[in-house]
Amino acid sequence: MPADTKPTLDHPVFKIVKDQFPGKRFRGTEYRGQSTLIVDPADAHEVLAFLRDDASCRYNFLSDLFGIDYLNYPSRTIGRFAVVYNLVSHQRDDRLFVKVFLDPSLPTDGTADDPALYLDSVVDLWPGAEWPEREVFDMFGIRFRNHPDLRRILTWESYPAHPLRKDYPLRGRGEREQYRIVDRTSA
Amino acid sequence: MGIEAALPVDGFLTTQLRRVINWARRSSLWPMPFATACCGIELMAAASSRYDLARFGMERMSFSPRQADLLIVAGRIAIKTMPVLQRIYEQMTEPKWVISMGACASTGGVFDTYAVVQGCDQYLPVDVYIPGCPPRPEQLLEGIMAIQRHIDQSGIPPTPPGGRRVPLGLVIEPTHRVRPQPVGITVGGV
Ligand code: SF4
Repeated sequence: MPADTKPTLDHPVFKIVKDQFPGKRFRGTEYRGQSTLIVDPADAHEVLAFLRDDASCRYNFLSDLFGIDYLNYPSRTIGRFAVVYNLVSHQRDDRLFVKVFLDPSLPTDGTADDPALYLDSVVDLWPGAEWPEREVFDMFGIRFRNHPDLRRILTWESYPAHPLRKDYPLRGRGEREQYRIVDRTSA
Repeated sequence: MGIEAALPVDGFLTTQLRRVINWARRSSLWPMPFATACCGIELMAAASSRYDLARFGMERMSFSPRQADLLIVAGRIAIKTMPVLQRIYEQMTEPKWVISMGACASTGGVFDTYAVVQGCDQYLPVDVYIPGCPPRPEQLLEGIMAIQRHIDQSGIPPTPPGGRRVPLGLVIEPTHRVRPQPVGITVGGV
């Protein structure tokens, strides 16, 4: 790794959360001035609530929330899936990424309701998380507890897969090929 | 100017009913724009003053399928929008024609993914395919004129077997010449 890309874990929030939650495990990384705090799935909601409300953090704005599938990633990762919260503090003019890694416990080729792929919804903290969480559910099959309306948002209800998983073929499994055909006689 | 210039002085002319009906149909093709992506922008350009679709009897884009004769599919069709497109097609009254405008509507274009229909002719009868990404407005006009020429020739009831319309399946050739493409610059022979 070239010297100038070695992570410098000097983001002030790292120390604040470590002091606030002494028993919890945190990991951090940094790339070109953007810091990422890696949290265990069970702690995510509590830590995010703290980051929003604490006077020295004040991440009042959830800029984005999305999923990642690290299957066949060139380097080793902590888990197969990740959910990333992109937090912004308008008051402090600061941005922080919070990342949660999840590992599936069931085969990932279908739509099985995997108990290992659950997170607590942050809609109660940032109402704008509602649709991004639905998208993460739709695309990766990661479900959110206490979400007010966890339905698919882009594909349709009966879609037989979560298409952004890397083990799902790019061209699908025939979803785009099988549809009713309209011809001159039927219309 | 126009038809009255051809009239004899006493003011009547004889013609065939078929010709009058075809003339009326050809000159008032109202398009239903189904513009889902960038091709829709070129469709708008074709409708605006520079290319002026109104010259061909398309004074009005019909946003109600029930008052449209010509469905212009402009842009990629996700399989999730297919029911909408088919419903629009079914709501249009006969006689009706369909133009598949651009690479995406005709073949899926570069979007070879699970969500994008690889050519709307898999699920709809298409009369005219217009190539291009996006096609130039001239080319869209060319496609519309191909339909107008076809209407001029068609019988009443329609000539194809059984009196039933069949998809025409016309392919429009590009109307412009491709100019020399840029090449890499070399400095000092490298
Ligand atoms: S053919 Fe090209 S311009 Fe037309 S919708 Fe597809 S990508 Fe856009």
